Amino acid sequence: MAGSAVSVQGVSKTFGSGADGVQALSAIDLVVDAGEFVSLLGPSGCGKSTLLRIVGDLLAPTSGSVTVNGKSPAQARLDRDYGMVFQAPTLLEWRKVARNVQLPLEVMGMDRAEQERRGREMLELVELQQFADHYPWQLSGGMQQRVAIARALAFRPGLLLMDEPFGALDEMTRERMQMELMQIWRQTGTTVVFVTHSIPEAVFLSTRVVVMSPRPGRIAGVVEVDLAQPRVFETREASQYFAKLNVVRELLRGSEAVP
Amino acid sequence: MPEKVSQRRPLRVVSGVVVILISLLAAWELYKIVGEQTTLLNFCKGKFCARSDDRSMPHVWKIFQTLLEPPRRGGEESLLSLLLAAAWFTWREALAGFLVGTLGGFFLAVAFSRSALLERGLMPFVVGSQTVPLLAIAPMVVIWSGQAGLPTIIPVAAIAAYLTFFPVTINTLRGLRSPEANAAELMKSFAASPRQTLWKLQVPAALPYLFTALRIAAAASVVGAIVAELPTGIQDGLGRILLTFNQYFITGPERLFASVVGSALLGIVFVSLVAILEKVVLPPKRRVVV
Repeated sequence: MAGSAVSVQGVSKTFGSGADGVQALSAIDLVVDAGEFVSLLGPSGCGKSTLLRIVGDLLAPTSGSVTVNGKSPAQARLDRDYGMVFQAPTLLEWRKVARNVQLPLEVMGMDRAEQERRGREMLELVELQQFADHYPWQLSGGMQQRVAIARALAFRPGLLLMDEPFGALDEMTRERMQMELMQIWRQTGTTVVFVTHSIPEAVFLSTRVVVMSPRPGRIAGVVEVDLAQPRVFETREASQYFAKLNVVRELLRGSEAVP
Repeated sequence: MPEKVSQRRPLRVVSGVVVILISLLAAWELYKIVGEQTTLLNFCKGKFCARSDDRSMPHVWKIFQTLLEPPRRGGEESLLSLLLAAAWFTWREALAGFLVGTLGGFFLAVAFSRSALLERGLMPFVVGSQTVPLLAIAPMVVIWSGQAGLPTIIPVAAIAAYLTFFPVTINTLRGLRSPEANAAELMKSFAASPRQTLWKLQVPAALPYLFTALRIAAAASVVGAIVAELPTGIQDGLGRILLTFNQYFITGPERLFASVVGSALLGIVFVSLVAILEKVVLPPKRRVVV
């Protein structure tokens, strides 16, 4: 299992208990290899965000086991093995952009000069170095989300967990952010687990798309996306891209037919 | 052009205050004229309309005039300088109570935010403490601290603190809980300790809430100090002056009115100081930029 960044075995999650209990996930098995870009795709209520939170030790599974870099999720979290990005940028409004990016390093207890150097480096990665001294509210939604990505990468984690990070952005900004994420992924070699409910987004970004279906949340199928790397603007115009879209779409429809 | 607007703002605020002040004074005098020169108010006067005679409602200029005269015949000091000295004295008591109450209220909120059990257990007492009339508590506190041989400033500051801590606790607690769930998850993903989450996320998020409470607390601490001065027998504060001129109301009502205005001004100045501190401490928040 040396190559596996995330390994999920037989994971179930029930919120509440007894008759009021809601089963969010049922018997999930998933292995994500280092360097992969895996999307969790499905309609709302399919448990994709819950699964991501279990991997990040923000929620505990009801049963089953999870390892991250061969460790328990709790240990991986304490070792700062992953970075997290949410749909909302969740920037601290009283901190300037640079200090937002440095926040995880500050928590870690890194010395100030090193924090600033690393913070600058991360802002360069998302091409926002000239906005270091701005407050978050002075930035557009897309730029705020890039700051959130820079912050998540500040530890230089091997794994990036993203929960519908572009869900709140307009279509044009969204496509540009996808291109940037692809570039960051290639540049850093970070493993990405990416939650989305957009079929084109999942297909464009991923090396594998995990299609999930709701009530209870389970894996309906996994689609390998062997489109050429690097993914570029033209990728979206290729016939193989449309073919993959259809495969995923069929899988989603098939999973919905199940009562 | 946001700069231009913000430069003009203080001027507009001041002119707004002046306009309202003049309107209120004019309304006061107008009521007197209507009450005394006409029979319009006769049907209700002394029932639910205030009497308009010079004893019940002295002329505005009489009130201002009395500020410049010594309150006692043959006295040297004008009422104004007497009031200023008393306000300065009372403010220091109020400030001591304000600081103690703020600190205590803040840490109580932190404790409540950590422990739901503590909150459920103690909150009824905190609320109850504010329901008991201050007039009932003040003499008790004064007597207890007198028996303990403490200087008189202690019970006065304690009572000011007693009125201060409540809004601070309630608002700070709300502020500490204001960060969205994602922000807490984010801190957890950084492997932040509870203390780091408190100081780097919750406390900064609570600051705007805290400052709202501090404005309420600043005004309340002045009331607390004035009320506490009465049973303490403190001679140098606003409490004594208000009590004295209350007793001499029949012969010089305008002196009581002037003292009331003076006490109100102390509260306004204190609250304004807190507002200035807020401007200095809090970074520019989201503003509408045109």
